[in-house]
Amino acid sequence: MTTSYRTIVRDGLWDNNGVLCQMLGMCPTMAMTGTATNGLGMGLATLLVMALSNLLVAIFRGYITHEVRIPVYILIVAFWVTVVDLACNAWMHELYKVLGLFIPLIVSNCLPLGRLEVFASREPVMPSFMDGLFMGAGFTLALTAIGAVREVLGQGTLFADASLLLGPAFKFLEMKALPIDAGFLVAILPPGGFLVTGILVAGKRILDIRAGKPLADGPAGHGV
Amino acid sequence: MSLHRPTYVHAFILGVFCFGFGILIASLDLVTREDIKLRQFEDMQASLAKVIPLAIHDNIPAEDKVVLKGDDGKDLTVYRATKGGKVTGVAFPIQGSGYAGPIRLMMGVDPEGRILGVRVAMFKETPGLGDKIDEKKSDWILRFTGLSLGNPPVDKWKVKKDGGQFDQFSGATITPRAVVGAIRNGLEFFAANKAQMLEARK
Repeated sequence: MTTSYRTIVRDGLWDNNGVLCQMLGMCPTMAMTGTATNGLGMGLATLLVMALSNLLVAIFRGYITHEVRIPVYILIVAFWVTVVDLACNAWMHELYKVLGLFIPLIVSNCLPLGRLEVFASREPVMPSFMDGLFMGAGFTLALTAIGAVREVLGQGTLFADASLLLGPAFKFLEMKALPIDAGFLVAILPPGGFLVTGILVAGKRILDIRAGKPLADGPAGHGV
Repeated sequence: MSLHRPTYVHAFILGVFCFGFGILIASLDLVTREDIKLRQFEDMQASLAKVIPLAIHDNIPAEDKVVLKGDDGKDLTVYRATKGGKVTGVAFPIQGSGYAGPIRLMMGVDPEGRILGVRVAMFKETPGLGDKIDEKKSDWILRFTGLSLGNPPVDKWKVKKDGGQFDQFSGATITPRAVVGAIRNGLEFFAANKAQMLEARK
């Protein structure tokens, strides 16, 4: 069974979005979306680990027996997380100071594990890599969107400190969206994470209904 | 399917994966270890530079360490600034307990017990309220520079709400109270261990 790239891209970014549809990876989603920059950073780190983990599992899937597949998947995710963590600490230290906190959290995210189980263990190497890439991109989009809403409501800025994450060239992203100092504080506090995520999930469903798409019950997609 | 394979086959496969990835991670650790140490040293230097003015020393404070017993019985590393062999300032980490967990700070003190500078290193205080202790958010933390245990008097080393002289923030008292307390403790720690901190190196 092979999935077309078109479907992979659509599923990852929208139709079967990891956060807004599958509702996976809620721990980093809640914890790391206080600002748009944090959401973006967490998303990008996860994207990298997902693409690489999908790639390795697709390569080795012929050798991984059904009984031990879960420990092997976790091993592979943990391996990439450690690689990213060490390499980033040693050679991209400025980035590490911003992202360092988030990287170990990726192991506790069940979205990468979910994609290994439902996609990479059944599909060829290239589509698996693409699935990791676009599921990761969808995750990044969702986290950045949640972070943006919380940041604007909570402290009136958008993409504060983005240049620390992406480099000085991205200074232009840092905006003062609302003329307030301390805004709707609850938006940056933990309950705000649940509220904003819930509103965005509902918003996506409304858009899907308007577009006449059939509503899937629960997590949609490949045999979950 | 693999359902009827004996258990040792699965154990062997899992073992091979663990061994292989273990080797890879161990080698990456070897490759990155030196660089990571260097980065941590640079970070330490940068945080010391904030609390010890460049003008008062000709050594590298991050390399001149004295290990003392802290108030909690644990080892506490004191970094020393020297000029011409004489100690001109010391810096050491202090800690207070804030609204949302520990607040770690680095504090520099001159030999007379005056504060050279204080900076917050790590905290989890509420954004928009307690985070004004961060130099990036407000200049509140800079007001401590130059102060000492006698200036203001010890019983004024408190936030205004507790009868002291330091401003709290609107909506957040616990955070500044923790920071003021940590700084006062730091000064007392300096006073108690002054001799060891300022002792010239043989």
